[in-house]
Amino acid sequence: MTKDDVAEVIKTHGTERTNLLPVLQDVAATHRFLTEEDLVRVARAFKISAAEVYSVASFYSLLETQPRGRFVIRVCRTISCSMSGKGNILTKLKEILGIDLGETTPDKRFSLLETNCMGWCAEGPSMLINDTVYSHLTPEKVVEIIKEYRER
Amino acid sequence: MSQDAEKSTAKLSKVEKKLNLLKKRAHLIFRNIDCVKLFNRILKKTPDEILATITESGLRGRGGAGFPTGMKWKAALEAPGAVKYVICNADEGEPGTFKDRVILERQPDKIIVGMATCAYVTKATEGYIYMRGEYNFMSKEIKACCEKWNDLFEKKDFPFRVSLRLGSGAYICGEETALIESMSGNRGEPRLRPPFPVSEGFNDMPTVVNNVETLAYVTMIMDDGLDFFKSVAKDDSMGGKVFSVSGDAAIKGVFELPLGMTVQEFVDIFGDGDTKAVQVGGFSGLCVPRKHFATTIIGYRGVQTGGSMILYNSTRSMYLVLKNYLEFFQEESCGQCAPCRIGCQQLLLGIEAMRQGTRPLSHIDKLRELVNVMGVASKCKLGMSLANPFNSITEHFFEEICSKW
Repeated sequence: MTKDDVAEVIKTHGTERTNLLPVLQDVAATHRFLTEEDLVRVARAFKISAAEVYSVASFYSLLETQPRGRFVIRVCRTISCSMSGKGNILTKLKEILGIDLGETTPDKRFSLLETNCMGWCAEGPSMLINDTVYSHLTPEKVVEIIKEYRER
Repeated sequence: MSQDAEKSTAKLSKVEKKLNLLKKRAHLIFRNIDCVKLFNRILKKTPDEILATITESGLRGRGGAGFPTGMKWKAALEAPGAVKYVICNADEGEPGTFKDRVILERQPDKIIVGMATCAYVTKATEGYIYMRGEYNFMSKEIKACCEKWNDLFEKKDFPFRVSLRLGSGAYICGEETALIESMSGNRGEPRLRPPFPVSEGFNDMPTVVNNVETLAYVTMIMDDGLDFFKSVAKDDSMGGKVFSVSGDAAIKGVFELPLGMTVQEFVDIFGDGDTKAVQVGGFSGLCVPRKHFATTIIGYRGVQTGGSMILYNSTRSMYLVLKNYLEFFQEESCGQCAPCRIGCQQLLLGIEAMRQGTRPLSHIDKLRELVNVMGVASKCKLGMSLANPFNSITEHFFEEICSKW
């Protein structure tokens, strides 16, 4: 996010401490992660230390503080999804993306992560791509979904 | 149709009949009502009358803790404070729970009417729906719903405004003091209690934190009156409960059922015929083995639950199940207090070591001692309630924990 974009987000929400999370969420929404510059800019506006902003941001798993791809894939690893075939989904994703868990594709398009229960237990296996939920997954369906994202 | 297939159809329809009967008995949350008309009717009553109704209904928190709602509201009403808040806890993170998501999608009006009712009683002026970040896909609809009601409140001169706040992926923020910390722009680390949020909550002011389902039930109690709500279940487990059913179940999904059933009755309907254990109340609840199905009651006088029911059949290794739980807790422990932070790690390492044979089987005694210490020494329910799944699984499925199969 550019300096002006960050300033704009801060202006919309205000600089009261209670608005810190909404500001970080909106700043992170563009690039799917918070850069060091982002954190420093937010800290200056809120008149708190950058370390404090980092401490808050790093607490939350959806606020990434390291570079991620344009599309962050989070596969649910919790029990119900795990029992309904999460393993095959993950294997397929690793295979077609050519990356391992926690990695980003060289073209900076996809990052592959696991996440804890996200509330789709009856419809597992499930995953999130950015904010979109995909449930009732099969390896074939995964191939289709990724194909679609490659074209975006 | 072969004989077997015929038999299974007949069996299914019997099960379906049973399920439909139960659903009918507790048909509240997903029944469509005119919320605007209801809200007008609510305003015609006095706050005292409403508080008395909610208290008498015996409604208890549906998030899992089961605190009497009337008592919570009364405490917030009596607590001194310049501003008071109502927070709807929609940070549904307990594994195996997804009923709040479905209620938010299908009945958002009922949640806001429930919040407004609470505000009317407790004299709160600001309301927040704190929804987990994973449910961001429905933010637009929920925000629009808030706007719609805010306009109506303004028109009626009702001094209450409601807005949406999002979490960002932290299980612990479902704990009410952690939720408040998160809303305050901090790390979602639970506070010591007391003081409870009803006296010192958001911005250190009196705050009522109620679960999505609890607030929807408030609305239905105001609509149906007390008698219907009380008639749903027997004894102290009054009213219905929305269950999230997953795992090795023949029927999965969200179902509103009466409280007070036995696990056996539940398994007869939802099981796949080979159920060996049911995790009642999510990972922090109890794992009930087959031999206890008939004697375990689902409800406040038996096993308390936030509605998560995960079924396991005999093909599942309970070692892998427990390992999955512990990996979850190890990651979701906020790390603030040592018993929980270190305890979760050591429990996981402990069962892995026993499995690999690098620790003797007697090591389980040490692990049990550890989990019980966590129950006493942890700061919040996350660490405290780990003894529930750990002890119940290692007690009833010990041979599976240490044998390779």
